[in-house]
Amino acid sequence: MPVSPKQARTWKHRSWVAFLVVPPIAFMSLFVVYPILSAFAYAFYEWQGLARGEFVGLANFQQVLFGPTMAPVVWNAFLHNVQALIALMIIQNGGGFLLAWLLYKEPFGFRFHRIAVFVPVVLSTIIVGFLWKLFLNPNFGIVNQALYAVGLDSWAKPWLGDSSTALWALILANVWHFIGFPTLVYLAGMQRIPSEIIEAARLDGTNEWQLLKNIVWPLVAPSTTILFTLLFIGAFNWFEIPYVMAGLDGSPFGSTDVLGLVFYRTAFGNQSASIQNFGLGSALATLIFLFIVVFASMLTLWLRRREIQF
Amino acid sequence: MRELKMKLTRRIVMGAAAACLLFSGTAAMAQQTELTFWSWRQEDKAFYQDIIKKFQEKNPDISVKFEAFAPENYQTILSTALAAGRGPDVIQVRAYGNLETIAAPGYLLPIDKQTVPELANFPDAALAAETLRADGKIYAVPFATQTMLVIYNNKIFKDAGVQPPQTWDDLVKVSQTLKSKNVTPFANGTATAWQNETIVGALLSSMLGKDFEADIVAGKADFTDPRFVNALAKLKDISQYFAPNFTGVDYPSSQQLFVAGRAGMFAGGSFEVANFKKQNPSLDLGVFASPVQKAGDERLVARFYDGGYAVNAKTDKKDAAIKFVRFLATPEYGTLFTNQLKNISPIKGIKVEDPLTQEMTKLADGAMSYLMLVHFRYQEPSGSVLLQSNVQKMLAGQQTPEQAAAEINKGIATYYKPFQK
Repeated sequence: MPVSPKQARTWKHRSWVAFLVVPPIAFMSLFVVYPILSAFAYAFYEWQGLARGEFVGLANFQQVLFGPTMAPVVWNAFLHNVQALIALMIIQNGGGFLLAWLLYKEPFGFRFHRIAVFVPVVLSTIIVGFLWKLFLNPNFGIVNQALYAVGLDSWAKPWLGDSSTALWALILANVWHFIGFPTLVYLAGMQRIPSEIIEAARLDGTNEWQLLKNIVWPLVAPSTTILFTLLFIGAFNWFEIPYVMAGLDGSPFGSTDVLGLVFYRTAFGNQSASIQNFGLGSALATLIFLFIVVFASMLTLWLRRREIQF
Repeated sequence: MRELKMKLTRRIVMGAAAACLLFSGTAAMAQQTELTFWSWRQEDKAFYQDIIKKFQEKNPDISVKFEAFAPENYQTILSTALAAGRGPDVIQVRAYGNLETIAAPGYLLPIDKQTVPELANFPDAALAAETLRADGKIYAVPFATQTMLVIYNNKIFKDAGVQPPQTWDDLVKVSQTLKSKNVTPFANGTATAWQNETIVGALLSSMLGKDFEADIVAGKADFTDPRFVNALAKLKDISQYFAPNFTGVDYPSSQQLFVAGRAGMFAGGSFEVANFKKQNPSLDLGVFASPVQKAGDERLVARFYDGGYAVNAKTDKKDAAIKFVRFLATPEYGTLFTNQLKNISPIKGIKVEDPLTQEMTKLADGAMSYLMLVHFRYQEPSGSVLLQSNVQKMLAGQQTPEQAAAEINKGIATYYKPFQK
């Protein structure tokens, strides 16, 4: 049967689509879907090192969530993730919003500041971590040196060695590193607001606070959706800064422990303290993954609803 | 998302391992057997290449390819390769619990005095470190003895007019004198978790004593024992002489403090000495075992064995691999190891040149075990995890020695039957 030109076109079109779609799908399946599924499967087995042992059903999950030795460590770490999430939500995203507003108003030197705020984001997290570790060194770090210089000797502390300040030190290092990102996203969001709206509000005599609260904040809601969702995912996957600055153990005595560190220690072992348990590690990874997927989706849906079309 | 990265790393590693095999296959000459040998000692590459040359002089038909990986990734890279049925022919492995994760699944070839007669050159404790508890078989030839002791700066001691201390009271006096002369007595800090365990081993072993170790192993005593609690209390007391703000001083910072000659003592491992000397060759160093409670008590360092050389159970070059491992068990090798790497070989009857290494070798002979690593690093929460975090907490003033001891005991009791009363 002869092929009509139209059919030939459709076929050509379809093969073109297939040509474009198949490689990324294959790539994603191989490097994303398959590992997730296999990690999920691993979690149901007992492991000796990386050798798979017997099928143990949900025992690993039970251990992670309720086991007398593992569960307290996991919940302690989880609460630190929550603390980091809330703190970063307020300081990093909130601060980013205010910085964006300042830059939006184009003060003197705003072009320079727009770049300066974003520069730390480009740096490697490992470098930022080491840098802040040096800054916070209790004896020669610039933070304590600066406090001594201005006579605030009593404020100087071994920041990373004190269980009441260590997690906050990591959070602030994270803020320094990443605040440029929410700033930039919010700035872009603000620049999308039609200037008539802001001018009209000003003509109506709103003050700065009302303008921010009632006009700007609701209108940058799409930016907020993206930033909060990303922060949520980032906060529960937090690893690099704690690893570099506090070490695999969440030093001192677990006060900086987060789920990422617990996972790494459990799955791969900590050379200087513990041995690996791949089954428990996989179970924890699966739980973290499910938690993030479920709650990030709910968060996104909820944030989407408050976005306004204009 | 961590699992993705992990998978990716594993893939890369497996690819690399496959590539290695491929290359080793093509590079081998006609009748030559080429062995691959993996290690985490990147810094000892030149030494091992030299050793391989010496081995080849006697075994011209065998060549050995040495490959080193970053220590923090080594265990992961190795177990991934082994799980995939690959891996090198000869493997540098760790000891105790970390050996078991590789030996228990059957990745390593068990050895005995028939296949490797040179095992007779080793003390029993060294062989025990490379033995799988489940089957009682030996899986590797031990390579290094490490001890926890106090390293001191001879020049600082002389300038301050103090002698290495014998008793704990002497140690307190030495610390006071150094402090009064504005020298930091101990360079140690506690911010890096595992440093807390080394500090306990280096300073408290003599006060704990071999009897305490025997009682713990026999289940006659646990960690709430007064010997342990009192030793912790002494540690809490001496910590006022650690580096300023020691809770925030991490491992590299405390090493630097000592290497720069700004602190009198460093409570740590024998493995530090070579490293300190390399960084500052002008340092005049001495070592002493942990001080005793009262004169006449036995002075002890805490000893463990670092790891060993094992043969891959799946290798098809078993004979050649065993030949090489046997060579690594000879006094000839042990002598080179000790004199060149300034690390103590556990092989009996070696000739040590460097006087400081000689002294450390002597101290290692009558030691007690580095308790948690040797006896309680097989299950979670390991004794090491518990000791490190609870001593760290105690030294930060957040709990008493009694509380620290009770917490350590409670954790170990979750799996160690004798403590479950």
